[in-house]
Amino acid sequence: MKLFEKILIANRGEIAVRIIRACKELGIKTVAVYSDIEKDALHIRLADESVCIGPAHVSQSYLNIPAILSAAEITDSDAIHPGYGFLAENYHFAEACITSGITFIGPTPENIRLGGDKAKARQTMKRKGVPVVSGSDGPVATEEIAVKVAKKIGFPIVIKASAGGGGHGMKIVKEEKDLEQAFYVAQREALTAFGNSELYIEEYIPELRHVEVQIMADNKGNVVHLGERDCSIQRRHQKLIEESPSPISTTEKFKKRIGELGVKAARAIKYRNVGTVEFIVDPKSNMYFIEMNTRVQVEHPVTEAVTGIDIIKEQIKLAAGCPLEYKQSKIKLSGHAIECRINAEDSERFVPSPGRITFLSLPGGKGVRIDTALYSGYVIPSHYDSLIAKLIVHGADRTEAIIKMRRALDEFIIEGIHTTIPFHKKVIANPEFITGNYNTNFVEKINGNIQKTV
Amino acid sequence: MELEDLKGLIELLKETDITELQIEKDGSKVKIKREKIISPIGMPVQKSSLSEDKLVAEVEDETQRLVTITSPIVGTFYRAPSPEAQVFVEVGQRVTKGTVLCIVEAMKLMNEIESDVDGIIVKILVENGQPVEYGEPLFLIEPL
Repeated sequence: MKLFEKILIANRGEIAVRIIRACKELGIKTVAVYSDIEKDALHIRLADESVCIGPAHVSQSYLNIPAILSAAEITDSDAIHPGYGFLAENYHFAEACITSGITFIGPTPENIRLGGDKAKARQTMKRKGVPVVSGSDGPVATEEIAVKVAKKIGFPIVIKASAGGGGHGMKIVKEEKDLEQAFYVAQREALTAFGNSELYIEEYIPELRHVEVQIMADNKGNVVHLGERDCSIQRRHQKLIEESPSPISTTEKFKKRIGELGVKAARAIKYRNVGTVEFIVDPKSNMYFIEMNTRVQVEHPVTEAVTGIDIIKEQIKLAAGCPLEYKQSKIKLSGHAIECRINAEDSERFVPSPGRITFLSLPGGKGVRIDTALYSGYVIPSHYDSLIAKLIVHGADRTEAIIKMRRALDEFIIEGIHTTIPFHKKVIANPEFITGNYNTNFVEKINGNIQKTV
Repeated sequence: MELEDLKGLIELLKETDITELQIEKDGSKVKIKREKIISPIGMPVQKSSLSEDKLVAEVEDETQRLVTITSPIVGTFYRAPSPEAQVFVEVGQRVTKGTVLCIVEAMKLMNEIESDVDGIIVKILVENGQPVEYGEPLFLIEPL
């Protein structure tokens, strides 16, 4: 089946490079877009064509829908891959692509819209029999209702923004007397951050693990899962390290249950293309749906390593209307993979560190993969996020993967800027990480009394 | 003007009694002057030793004094409002700030691009119907 002639990649950095590579292997021409300070970026050099779409600021470049659609028009691109972040979960953009006759490589606008409404997504899942954390049935409009709901489920509770997600817009409330103020502050903050003050409430689970399921679906309603990833190592709700399988996924029963719940959740909202279903798992291994991520994720290489499946290529094929090639029974997870996200930040305070890379030496060897847009001499701009490389290792088991990651981090040399490589070395050597017995409080614990950044 | 050309001119100056040399080529202008060194009592002393002469090279790129009008958006460049109509401007034409120079069409919307300065159109840098990107140079205008 003929896929696409030409795909425009509406993104930058390592994910743009990743997508261009998949397109090249599929024989599809590529168009890179860039802001006027990124003329030396790697993704431009690798693409067949490139179009400057605006000045540095993201609102005028990578979030500039008319500029991106215009770039697709003048290059005759027949599809756009949004990557992650930027416009990937903007349903207006997805709709605009369709209206312009361009295929949006991702789920349907309706999937994106529902995934972006966290309160509604939760409600829908609950109705369809996917377990959710106890909480409000949909959004909570007033403080009076909030009190009622909170009393019913029991304190401590967490107030979340419907338009938030990824841990943003969350307020933990331990006692009833704190609820009123927290509610009004949460509304104000949600309105400022997301343009939408709608809130919902969930029970607060203090020690949890974040375990997500990668799913793929074609447009005939066939859905499969590609196993789960544990993403509990987070700092301020930003993932730093991910692994597959999860260290707590030790039984066939666990693996089967979480995978099937992921598929059930995807079916519940008629999900198409590639996505991820996020669960939290409590110390008793109870699984609860939290959010639907309607895009390809940063950590997709972890799943690629253990399944052998090229997720970006599958995304492109599914977007072109191909039926799912894989049956669930044929998908087998093998070995163990770990990913470290390397950021251009200082390892102690996580303060951004843009600047020129004066020396770069990448690790290698069996089972080591680097996804990056770095090269020696490249100047990391200050305008975009600080993720500069992903280091993924794959070993026969978790022990080998940890040893391999330690070895690869030792080989990884980036000079000229600060990076979080030292932080990752600390984590990989940490006894709690090594036993796999960690949860979302882990980073805070090991950073101890290190001053928080401004 | 390449470095090799400059070196050649400097050599030429050194070999002769020429005190000033000015060359215009391909829009670049180069002026090389042999500077006199003034002695403390105020009498100009013309040094014969060339190593003490300062050769001052002023490279004046003609294009620097011209104003470049660039495209503020991604789209397709058109010289006229429609295929049958007259072009907005021609080379040599006098324009004022605000004069419409061209259209850049994006997503079926016609965007009129105006001049930032009063001046004369020196060069049109893109072809009719050519796709243009953000920041693409469209016109060179000699400001008045």
